[in-house]
Amino acid sequence: MNTGHRNPQLSNTGTGFIYWFEDIRLASRPTVGGKGASLGELTHAGIPVPPGFVVSTDAFETSIRALDPDGSIRRSIVALHGADLARVADVAREIRARIEAAPLPAKVESEIVEAHARLCGADSDAPLAVRSSATSEDSAQASFAGLQETLLWVRGVDATLKALRSCWASLYSLESVSYRLRLAIDEAQVAMGVVVQRMVNSRSSGVMFTRSPTTGDPSVIAIEGSWGLGSAIVSGEVTPDRFVVNKVTDEIAKRDIATKLVEHVPAASGSGVTTAEVPQERQTLACLSDAELGALRELGRRVEKHYGSAQDIEWAVARDGAIYLLQSRPETVWSTREVQPVAAPRTNPFDHVLAALSGKRRP
Amino acid sequence: MAGQNSKRPFPLPSEIEAVPGTEGWEEMYPYFTRIRPEDDKRFWFYNSMHFPEPMPAFDAVTAEVPYTAMGAYTTRVFAFPTALGIDYRIINGRVYITANSVSDPKEIERRLKVFQERAPHYFQNWNTLFDGWKKRMLALIEDIDAIKVPALGDFEDASTVTNARGVAENHFVRTAFHRTIEAYSVMWHHHFEFLMLGYGAYLVFFQFCKKAFPEIPDQTVARMVAGIDVLMFRPDDELKKLARLAVELGLDGNFVEGAPPEKILASLRKLGEKGERWLQALETARQPWFNIATGDGFYHHHRCWNDDLSVPFSALPRYMRLVKEGDKLERPTEKLKVERGRITKEYRALLKTDEERGAFDQMLALCHLVFPYVEDHKFYCEQWFTTRFFSKVREFGALLARWGQIEESEDIFHLQHFEVDQALVEIMIAWAAGSEARGGPHFKPLIRRRKEILEKLKDWNAPAAIGPMPESIEDPAVQMLWGITSETLDSWSRVPDAKDANEIRGYAASAGVVEGIARVLTSPNDIGQVREGDILICAVTNPSWAPVFGKILAAVSDIGGTMSHAAIVAREYGMPAVVGTGQATKRIRTGQRVRVDGGRGVVTLLD
Repeated sequence: MNTGHRNPQLSNTGTGFIYWFEDIRLASRPTVGGKGASLGELTHAGIPVPPGFVVSTDAFETSIRALDPDGSIRRSIVALHGADLARVADVAREIRARIEAAPLPAKVESEIVEAHARLCGADSDAPLAVRSSATSEDSAQASFAGLQETLLWVRGVDATLKALRSCWASLYSLESVSYRLRLAIDEAQVAMGVVVQRMVNSRSSGVMFTRSPTTGDPSVIAIEGSWGLGSAIVSGEVTPDRFVVNKVTDEIAKRDIATKLVEHVPAASGSGVTTAEVPQERQTLACLSDAELGALRELGRRVEKHYGSAQDIEWAVARDGAIYLLQSRPETVWSTREVQPVAAPRTNPFDHVLAALSGKRRP
Repeated sequence: MAGQNSKRPFPLPSEIEAVPGTEGWEEMYPYFTRIRPEDDKRFWFYNSMHFPEPMPAFDAVTAEVPYTAMGAYTTRVFAFPTALGIDYRIINGRVYITANSVSDPKEIERRLKVFQERAPHYFQNWNTLFDGWKKRMLALIEDIDAIKVPALGDFEDASTVTNARGVAENHFVRTAFHRTIEAYSVMWHHHFEFLMLGYGAYLVFFQFCKKAFPEIPDQTVARMVAGIDVLMFRPDDELKKLARLAVELGLDGNFVEGAPPEKILASLRKLGEKGERWLQALETARQPWFNIATGDGFYHHHRCWNDDLSVPFSALPRYMRLVKEGDKLERPTEKLKVERGRITKEYRALLKTDEERGAFDQMLALCHLVFPYVEDHKFYCEQWFTTRFFSKVREFGALLARWGQIEESEDIFHLQHFEVDQALVEIMIAWAAGSEARGGPHFKPLIRRRKEILEKLKDWNAPAAIGPMPESIEDPAVQMLWGITSETLDSWSRVPDAKDANEIRGYAASAGVVEGIARVLTSPNDIGQVREGDILICAVTNPSWAPVFGKILAAVSDIGGTMSHAAIVAREYGMPAVVGTGQATKRIRTGQRVRVDGGRGVVTLLD
């Protein structure tokens, strides 16, 4: 996955349309979106992340302005009533068609073409992932995530530009528009970065939580994984293997191996993704070895330490065994819960015993 | 668990069926151990952890005396607010128990006042009192060894006359026997003097950890608390020392696996100075370290190393081979200490606040204060003292056999201690009268019958519990000692479905997965038969088995709780272990191929 393009001095253009992961921090979120900011922060922390860059919100704004100088797109959305689904669908379809058809402003396009060439190096057809990175995504309205497009196994600069426009257009999918109308999100605040990064040819992929999602236990890491690309788990097409790994003793506390009937793999054409049946002999095999579980645990701990809070992480194991993280965001369910302290010190240590055996419930 | 009562997963005591051919088994035990109609209203569980086999008549004293002492401390001495003592019954030779508790808030309050006045005295003076305890225990062991069983010869010793003692020897037969039973009782009182408070300290820390880290394995909590230099490892350490010495002296060729110890000892005696040096070292190690039984001290026939050297000797050839391969056979105590420190520190760091860390430190420090007692009392009480006790009882057996009351000294263990009293009294009378004791025709057929009954009772499939199932199990002693919680009851009462047909579930005691051939031990005395590479399947593992732990791939037991030493030893050997399966010895055959997953607590039958 070495692309030989690393040169921070050259990586950012003066116009701010392209940001390489190396130069992004969490604080860059308004210009690169949540996913892009997370990938940049991870890269900066020395965590293995497939290399890539973000097409910034400025690029989005510039392109939309060129397409729609008088702001008619945003106005037409604001004028909609969420309840009138048919009308919303019509308007949204029209906007998407405009975005997907319009050529990019020359400056934006040339910078993307240049960045693409750097990222792919000698292999100009290297497979890429093009992922929406909305500025409002992954915030409190976590469910906003998943409404936007992610295109996998994209090959060549033309396909990349097309995928980029698809991502932008997905901001105007029926679901996204309805969602924004329902929550009365300000249209002027809506913007999107787009992540373009090298594709991991995943043998296995999945998610991990650096505390138990079921009990909130901070001493374990819960890992879910399945064969192939992670999209099969996200879309719910497959029941993943579930593992619970102890952070302190390294023991694998739980190992529920599911029967994994399908996997997402690159399409035979070389572009895009297809669903394939998992051969029977692999269906009930664990998708991760103990050593890989150990390596994931270490990565999980490092990311958690870096952020200082429990994380919800997407990971992939490439066919050569290399492990990459594709996303990390703060765990929200348990971290935000108000919890009573388990116990407080007492005058004498044995007072704990007297209290426990007193027959009284603790206050 | 609510709603299951109607289904009655366990039979009532009155519904237990007689085992054919064991008619009259009840006569083996005192009347107060028998079930009565009102016992149907209470929930009882089979204490297979301490009593995995049917009780020989004499051995029932190992239930009677401990429960007499344990309840005294919880109910009367410290007045635990909610926990009283244990009631027990013997059904088809098996000991069933139930814990008495207090639920009336006023009564709890009354008891709490007393408890709060008394318990702190022990916690505040723990180490000083424990030092005193050790002195008392050593004195008690000397006492029992010093008890003289009268020889009852032809004439009284002349000194009785010259010293004008005024009491003839036959008088001391009963006195000596009573002193033996009394010393046993004192031992059990000492045993429980500290224990319930010690468990209380552990329970508090355990509950804290479970609340802060809901998924923390029981074994990891135990690991933060467990001592490294505990007496239970000493017998095995002594064996290793003997193995090193034998290699050093070039005697290792004399130790052939499976050879009778007498033969080995005889061959060493012929070797002159070197052989003598080793034999001398063996004698030194034997007192006290070979006073360790193959069981937990609850059966006379679980022989101790000193009675049957084949158990310790079976470990020697392998130790000697390892020494020659350059292994120093030392427990990596430093490494274990460092690892325990690391685990503790990391869990502590995962706590949310300094307040919680303060409480954690207090509770853990208290555990470290009480744990030397919790861990070491077993050697003093259940091993060292108890092996001396059974030896002393055998001396009375020899006296009974000499007087024709029984066939041989071991037969004494088929009489209740109350019956032994009668048999001895008759000897006192007969010696005085100058006549014969007439017990033989009475006791000998009785003993033969009882041996038959015991054999048949062994095959009885004792239910894990009987009576109406409770809503929950709250008693800390039950939870800590026997590892029985509401979840355990659930799993016991669950009817296995087809999917579980080749799986046996238990507690995950020590992580790791291995496959191998099972060796099922029905008696702990067979421990010498275990061969390298076996997967050990047994009713209950015992710390005295440490020497064979190096040989086996994995250990599986029917019974085991969170305080189980065996689990700690298994983890030290890095060997998978599943404990508390409830049924492994019944469902697995020797020679069967099994997979043991110690991390998940599952044993899979592969054949």
